[in-house]
Amino acid sequence: MNEALLILGMFLVTFSVRYVLFGVAGKVRFPPWLTTGLSFVPPAVLTAIIVPAVLLPRGELWLRADNPWLLAGGFAALVSFWRRDLLTTIVAGMLCFMLLRFGFGL
Amino acid sequence: MNCNVMDQDNTSLKRREMLDGAKATVPLIIGAIPFGIIFGTLAGPSGLSALGALAMSVFVFAGSAQFIALGLLAAGAAIPVIIATTFVVNLRHILYAANLVPKIAHLPHRWRVMMAFGLTDETFAAVSNRFLLQDNTEHAHWFYLGSWLAMYGNWVFCTGLGIALGELFPDMTDWGLDFAMSVTFIGMVVPYLKSKPMWGAVVVSGVIAMATIGMPHKLGLMVAALCGISTGLSLHLLLKRQSAPESEHE
Repeated sequence: MNEALLILGMFLVTFSVRYVLFGVAGKVRFPPWLTTGLSFVPPAVLTAIIVPAVLLPRGELWLRADNPWLLAGGFAALVSFWRRDLLTTIVAGMLCFMLLRFGFGL
Repeated sequence: MNCNVMDQDNTSLKRREMLDGAKATVPLIIGAIPFGIIFGTLAGPSGLSALGALAMSVFVFAGSAQFIALGLLAAGAAIPVIIATTFVVNLRHILYAANLVPKIAHLPHRWRVMMAFGLTDETFAAVSNRFLLQDNTEHAHWFYLGSWLAMYGNWVFCTGLGIALGELFPDMTDWGLDFAMSVTFIGMVVPYLKSKPMWGAVVVSGVIAMATIGMPHKLGLMVAALCGISTGLSLHLLLKRQSAPESEHE
């Protein structure tokens, strides 16, 4: 019951955001500050998810050189700066993470 | 007769567009495969039933929001908080829609509903080239349909696969596969980092996310994101004012 409510709510907000402009289908002109503001949404939201996920992978602060989440995350960021390609970053980051976790047993 | 031939041409043209759309989405689908599988495996341990996980992929169809919802569920967040976070996380899609709307405004309503439902990061990336860089967009909505069907089919299938794997190997959750989400997001954030305001937004968001880690219901995520967005926007406006001081005073 709670799950159905959760999924319905998530569906409604997700679909509304995607549909609102397609639905009116008129010439929509956002004020420039709003367009600029929206352009910061993806990196800001994603960073707010990434940073705690790599610094507290198990719920406690793990700011040391034996934290594979932090090491592989840093490596993935370097690869991404270098190649600017999402798939390369994912593959390189996951390989690095697997190596640290299962190769070196971190 | 002539009309018939034209109809046939039209049908094969539409089919061709759909195939091209699906093909253009393949590289992005490859990235989404581990994402979908891991979403499926993490659902159970996060407190979402197998049916709930599958239904979420079928109806919500928003990868990052679904992952975040799992994280919030696991942390015991309330349902309204999860829905509000979903809204903030998916706000970016309105930008995609704004880019595409001039090209699709003439289409029947049912087409626009379909396109809205399938407006993911991946499909936008795949179709924006077709719609915005090529001239003949008369049948481009079939290209869009091909892209989203491929993306959607893959997403639902991988979710199911992940649920099955999670039940077969219950200790998979200890492997740290949630890192796939972090690494995907890292690969999405880095290309944005081309200007000072963008750096400002990301640094502030990261720092505030750590500072607000103790907030109930994981509200820190929204606080951090809003602080980051305001920082980015303020820096942008400040730099613009500095670079054009004369026109301001006219």
